[in-house]
Amino acid sequence: MSRGRAVLLVRLALLAGLVALLEALCRLGVIDPLAILPPSEMAAAMIARLASGDLDEGMVQTFSTIAIAFALAVALGTLAGAVLQRRPRLRAVIDPLLASYYSVPTFIFYPLLVALFALGKTPLVILGMMSATPAVIISTLAGLDGVPPVLLKLARAQRLGPVRTLWWIVLPQAMPRLFGGFRLALSYALIGVIAGEFLLSGTGLGYAISFAYQSFDNRAMYGAMLFVLLAAVAANGLLSLWEARLARRRMRT
Amino acid sequence: MSAAGTPHVVMRGVVRRYAGPPSVHALGPIDLELSRGEFFSVVGPSGCGKSTLLDALCGLARPSDGEVEFEGRLLRGEVPEGIGVVFQEDSSLAWLDVRQNIAFGLRRSGLPKAEIAARVEHAIAFMGLQHFAGHYPAQLSGGMRQRVCIARTLVLRPRLILLDEPFGALDQQTRLLMGDELLRLWRETGATVLLITHALDEAAMLSDRVGVMSARPGRFIDLVETGWPRTRDSRIVSDPHFGTLTARLWSSLRTESMKTLGRVA
Repeated sequence: MSRGRAVLLVRLALLAGLVALLEALCRLGVIDPLAILPPSEMAAAMIARLASGDLDEGMVQTFSTIAIAFALAVALGTLAGAVLQRRPRLRAVIDPLLASYYSVPTFIFYPLLVALFALGKTPLVILGMMSATPAVIISTLAGLDGVPPVLLKLARAQRLGPVRTLWWIVLPQAMPRLFGGFRLALSYALIGVIAGEFLLSGTGLGYAISFAYQSFDNRAMYGAMLFVLLAAVAANGLLSLWEARLARRRMRT
Repeated sequence: MSAAGTPHVVMRGVVRRYAGPPSVHALGPIDLELSRGEFFSVVGPSGCGKSTLLDALCGLARPSDGEVEFEGRLLRGEVPEGIGVVFQEDSSLAWLDVRQNIAFGLRRSGLPKAEIAARVEHAIAFMGLQHFAGHYPAQLSGGMRQRVCIARTLVLRPRLILLDEPFGALDQQTRLLMGDELLRLWRETGATVLLITHALDEAAMLSDRVGVMSARPGRFIDLVETGWPRTRDSRIVSDPHFGTLTARLWSSLRTESMKTLGRVA
């Protein structure tokens, strides 16, 4: 068995052990089942909610909002990173702001965004985008900084124009670092959108969790929570697999 | 300074200065003519401007003064068609396999796919990479990666090949064997070759002429005709003339190298 596969198995066993422990603690009454449902009941509640279709509208709303916020963050973040990388003086000004951006709780802007754009998709998209864009900018800067000067000389020696240099050399070379940023951006967009829905929205999965919480409907709440958790892990896992596939070619020895 | 035959490349009064502060006079003035099909090597102390000379010669850098002519046309800050460059650093593309790396330069050539495939396969066979065509650079040794880079230049069928210390990272045995491959390539393509190297034995073995550069700002202080036949290979290192040539090169270079180290000869 390869080392990677062994690590994966140990990781899965650890997660399964934690879930089994939580199940046992809930079933034995150590944890009040009114506070936390046993994982098996969470899964049953999730399946029941999915089967009933009462999450369908929320899923469409939330996933489409996350997708738009993520796409905008990738587009704007990559562009901003590329511009900053070519403008060292501007970068010197912006760099410290980027570094400290993560200490800003972006959710506090949600009321302002609602006041500006009214309740609906737009403020959630902007909130998700605000959360996700800095990760893309930072990874773009790191990726572009990491392109060896000799590859840029190669592009000139091969008489490539700026667009071909970007598409054929710079982006493929920077892709692993860019991808790391995209993965983070997806997580931040998801957090931003779900949190926005949870706090003030009237639709989406975040709202579904909030509504169940305020109605003391633990089964509905944990069912929706588990679904969001699994969806986030699945999305991240897919990007990780893609990233690993890209990296494998470069790391093979 | 001129070699016999029609000049393929001409450098006239080429100077390269880098703006400061402090401004640096890196190179020249350089006057040089290369004949078509000549193998010319450049040796010089560290930091004397050898790579700057190569950049100016292929159009990657504009001279501050003077001009460079390739096949009768002045270079204007762009690398013209017909010049191939192999760099000192590994410039293989990590996301492409060997075959794709070699075909990279032909992507925008407009050649039919069959012609591209034929050129790539020929280059793969020529550089002895048949068993590694599907491998990625990370799976290859440093020498093999450099062969991929040479093959990538070769498929473009350049008439002037510029090599900037391409074997710098290799051990001595591999260098000798790569030198043989380079000589074979030079003979079969008929291209003019300019090799930048810090290894005097490499220059003495491979070249028709060797230019010895001074400490910065680099100028040619000696031009040495080797007199080797075109069919030479690495076995000439056992020829007594090889030792004489290497000694002559070192004699020209020693004072300049000491200047680089801050010592008076």
